[in-house]
Amino acid sequence: MFWNTLLLSLREIRRNVMRSFLTVLGIVIGVASVITMVTLGKGATQQVATSIASMGSNLLMVTPGRRMGPGSAGSAPAFRVEDAEAVAREIGSASLAIPVASRSMAAIYGHENTSTTVTGSTNSFLTLRNMRLYSGRSFSDSEARAGAAVCVIGQTVREKLFGSQDPLNNRIRLGALSFQVVGLLASKGQNSMGMDQDDIVLLPLRTFQRRISGNHDVSLLQIQIREGESTEKAQRDIRLLMRERRRLAASEEDNFNVMDTKEISRMLTGTTQMLTGLLGAVAAVSLLVGGIGIMNIMLVSVTERTREVGTRLAIGALEREVLMQFLVEAVVLSSSGGLFGILLGLGASLALKNALMVPFVLDPTIVVIAFLFSAAVGVVFGYFPALKAARLDPIEALRHE
Amino acid sequence: MVASIPTDNAPLIELRAVTKVYGTGQAAMQALAGIDLRIDEGDFMAIMGHSGSGKSTCLNILGCLDSPTSGSYRFRDFEVSQLTRDQRARLRRYYLGFVFQGYNLLKRTSAIENVELPLIYRRVPARERHRIARQTLASVGLQGWESHNPNELSGGQQQRVAIARAIVTGPSVLMADEPTGNLDSARSEEIMELLSRLNREHGITIVMVTHEPDMAAYARRIVHFKDGRIESDEQNGKAH
Repeated sequence: MFWNTLLLSLREIRRNVMRSFLTVLGIVIGVASVITMVTLGKGATQQVATSIASMGSNLLMVTPGRRMGPGSAGSAPAFRVEDAEAVAREIGSASLAIPVASRSMAAIYGHENTSTTVTGSTNSFLTLRNMRLYSGRSFSDSEARAGAAVCVIGQTVREKLFGSQDPLNNRIRLGALSFQVVGLLASKGQNSMGMDQDDIVLLPLRTFQRRISGNHDVSLLQIQIREGESTEKAQRDIRLLMRERRRLAASEEDNFNVMDTKEISRMLTGTTQMLTGLLGAVAAVSLLVGGIGIMNIMLVSVTERTREVGTRLAIGALEREVLMQFLVEAVVLSSSGGLFGILLGLGASLALKNALMVPFVLDPTIVVIAFLFSAAVGVVFGYFPALKAARLDPIEALRHE
Repeated sequence: MVASIPTDNAPLIELRAVTKVYGTGQAAMQALAGIDLRIDEGDFMAIMGHSGSGKSTCLNILGCLDSPTSGSYRFRDFEVSQLTRDQRARLRRYYLGFVFQGYNLLKRTSAIENVELPLIYRRVPARERHRIARQTLASVGLQGWESHNPNELSGGQQQRVAIARAIVTGPSVLMADEPTGNLDSARSEEIMELLSRLNREHGITIVMVTHEPDMAAYARRIVHFKDGRIESDEQNGKAH
């Protein structure tokens, strides 16, 4: 029974290849866009997750102000080097606690100049950020203590200022002062927020404070928690320590913020997942429109094939056999459209992954769901036209012009 | 479907006081006003009459495409007037073949696939289906035309394909509705020769509606309809 119906339906589809193709075009596009959106979305989510993981999962960031983000640091006092030292001293689970101060400014070498982030910190900054030296050296203890005019630069800065020239031991200018390049960092690429991590000029913190900012402020404390220790507990301890150091009364709220990289990760992946869902939903609407397209063409096809249906009924086709034939036709059409759409969507994702710099993450679940959904579209939107065909009166149908 | 064992004088088809009324109330139109008709196995009957005489309605009822308003229609052992739509479809599938004026072949479908169609509904396995369809096409003189689509065939050839489709299942009765209505006289004669050969050599009972006396002349028996009644019913001694 089923094979017979399938045979009849396939013969019918083969008879009208062009019309069949146009019928399923909507489904093809719908499924392809769902697959593309979700695949690229998953890729973006995964990329965010891995780049945060590469930052280290056991990092805490302490910033002045009540919440993270621009404009929130305004009234709250900055940190001092001593705060970082206190954390290192008093929080047992902290393996590293480094002060970071940074500012965006122009770096100049000869006739070349580039706007970059100038960061003052300690050598531990490199350890904590998983950054390696490509050539040269990091700061010596005496340079750090004395605030010597030396710097380590990232690959982006090297490329903009020096081109193919070796930057080591040359002097670049930041503001009014010049700094000797003692080290070049290995390339690290973009971070999870799309910021170029190679666009950096690193100075000893004391150098930064004396020669660039002119104050003792530290805008960020980065703390690495030892493997196996609870970050939640460390977070609580640091909060108490900071409240104490900043002399906050019990009634006052925190004027700083201790953030876990896990929290940042959750926040960012949450955002990308939401966007993925949203785009997927928009694409799903186009699938629905594709389904209506199928119904439209099937209805036209039933009218056009009235005499044929009459002939089939006269020959002895049962009502349910005609119904099944049209239904199977719709399902075969829509699910082959779905299959084609899946291939197209995966192809588009592969093509776009380089342009969007997002890894290709194949999600078998969404592929299966898209396929089943396209088949379901065939059942739902094919049923009404099929019923219309099956209910035809054979005599009327045979007379139909 | 229980196979029946026809006895010697049991008719294949028997209509008793069959009426058909279309519409209701003032608009009611009586197409058949009480028909008694008996058709024996192996008969070749032509139904003639003007349009509106009820001949097509009668053929539709005989062909189980329509049900009578009142009266009894016995086909072998079945009381057809009591059957449901699906049961009538099964009866058509197993006992009847249809030939239409407009051929009604499936477009863009080869001759052999058209002929196979009733066998598909009968669940005949593919290999046997091909063999029988090929054989039947050959028997109507279309050997070598199996893979041609209807639009590549002449009217006469298309009607031959339609006849092959109607007889491929070995039906008890072939219902032909103006089978030569769209053909020129030479083609018409060929088709009529074919039908009477099928009747003579294969014993297929044929009921044919026509308004052309030349075509009716091929039948063994000619029934004239007028105003929904049978006007005359006579044997045709000059049958070919």
